[in-house]
Amino acid sequence: MAEVDLAIVGAGPAGLGAAIEAARAGARVTVIDENAKPGGQLFKQIHKFFGSEEHRAGTRGIDIGYQLLEECRELDVEVLLNSIAWGMFDDNRALALKTNNETAKLGVKKTILATGAKENPLAFPGWTLPGVLGAGAAQTLVNLHRVLPGKRVLMIGTGNVGLIVSYQLVQAGAEVVAVVDILPEIGGWGVHASKIRRLGVPILTSYTVKEAIGDEEVEGAVIGKVGPDYQIIPGTESELKVDTICIAVGLAPLAELAWSIGCQFAHIPELGGWVPIHNEKMETTVSGVYVAGDVSGIEEASTALEEGRIAGIAAAESLDYLGKGEAEEMIKTRQKSLDSLRQGPFGEKRKMAKEKLRLLSNKQCRTQ
Amino acid sequence: MSGLRSRWFLSKEELIKLPGAPSMKRLGENRRVAVIECAERIPCNPCEAACPHGAIKIGEDITNLPILIEGKCTGCGLCIAACPGLAIYLVNGAFSDSEALISIPYEFLPLPRVGDQVEALDREGKKVCMGKIVEVIESKKFDRTPLVSFTVPKNYALDVTCIRVLG
Repeated sequence: MAEVDLAIVGAGPAGLGAAIEAARAGARVTVIDENAKPGGQLFKQIHKFFGSEEHRAGTRGIDIGYQLLEECRELDVEVLLNSIAWGMFDDNRALALKTNNETAKLGVKKTILATGAKENPLAFPGWTLPGVLGAGAAQTLVNLHRVLPGKRVLMIGTGNVGLIVSYQLVQAGAEVVAVVDILPEIGGWGVHASKIRRLGVPILTSYTVKEAIGDEEVEGAVIGKVGPDYQIIPGTESELKVDTICIAVGLAPLAELAWSIGCQFAHIPELGGWVPIHNEKMETTVSGVYVAGDVSGIEEASTALEEGRIAGIAAAESLDYLGKGEAEEMIKTRQKSLDSLRQGPFGEKRKMAKEKLRLLSNKQCRTQ
Repeated sequence: MSGLRSRWFLSKEELIKLPGAPSMKRLGENRRVAVIECAERIPCNPCEAACPHGAIKIGEDITNLPILIEGKCTGCGLCIAACPGLAIYLVNGAFSDSEALISIPYEFLPLPRVGDQVEALDREGKKVCMGKIVEVIESKKFDRTPLVSFTVPKNYALDVTCIRVLG
């Protein structure tokens, strides 16, 4: 059985950030990803990122992806693609992998789970028709595979994902007929909403989808205005002629591996639901297993990258590649950078939720 | 509630009160100036670093709204491509006796060509008037965000922020 110092599951921004820090400190690092290409969701992020200069703000996600892969290459980080990490065994000293239809065990001293998130579904009559898909899936189709999922789109959800993907669907040549949200206010940032409003895309708040129409595929959608009870007010329904319905109602941590090894979880709605409890070093309640990025609470690519770096530094320290004081200093710098991304009215809730997790972590006994 | 949180775009009255908006006096001069439509405290500051003239100030707390120091702004447009919110554009309110010149980030194909007539749109995508394309810049410095400049009647200088290219 091959053995590495550190295995990282997931080659998105968190996983790559972790790999770079740990490898730079001297650890032998293997990153495992089930996809054919590394980068996670970065390569469909054709828009420029927010943040400050240290977060490479103003740079497109896709370019940040290339930069991270280049750094990994320079540091000799091994990236195993088309590989699914499906379990941990031998007191979490072995990771079970399925690579090219073969099963293998990889010996590991420490593990970082950077498995990302999954899109939340939304059930309504007709939701299983072809043409109903996640907004993230639509973004992958358009920006990675260059396939337009449809010509006329209804977007459900006004978080930044719904707003940004709407803009990118228009860029790709689709018409976004409406963006609806059941809440009275949009969830995302005003700048993203303004970007599609000036293209003439209507945003309808306090509206939701009633059903998708069509026999074999989506041919239309019925939307209606909701009252304070979030039920459609009879008589407000209208039919939209659309061939695609995109669902952007949030993400949830993809945490099966963490569940399977007995990590303690907490339910934190602001972070997307059930989240593995972790401390300021991103270590879970299972000793030697760390989390970073969306699996540790839904945020965004820039925060994932910073959290990944913290997890990578902490893992390198626990492997004695970094001194305690040195690692603490490095983590402090990264934490400051993370805090700056969680400032302001939109980040405050996530910041407090993360602190709550930290407090919960301090109360837990760490299991070996 | 501000227009941004109720209609998802700013009114002209809200815009001119922003620290990123130029003064009416500056808008009356025959040169371009940045208009920064940044009204929410989001963690973001690349415009500050992108400005080679120090004309945009945000400071230590990156959720501060950008302040335009209009005396230093040359209207070069480098901040436009750096803004992930596509919330900055340029206005020359006195391009000619009757026209204003507006420069916007335009990330759609087909790009308009110089001389084209386009529909000039307001902040909710409604046609305000026709515009005439006078410049299209695709520069490496702008990182795949072309800068499109067009003229509109002077009185619409602060109403138009988008265009529709006609087939």
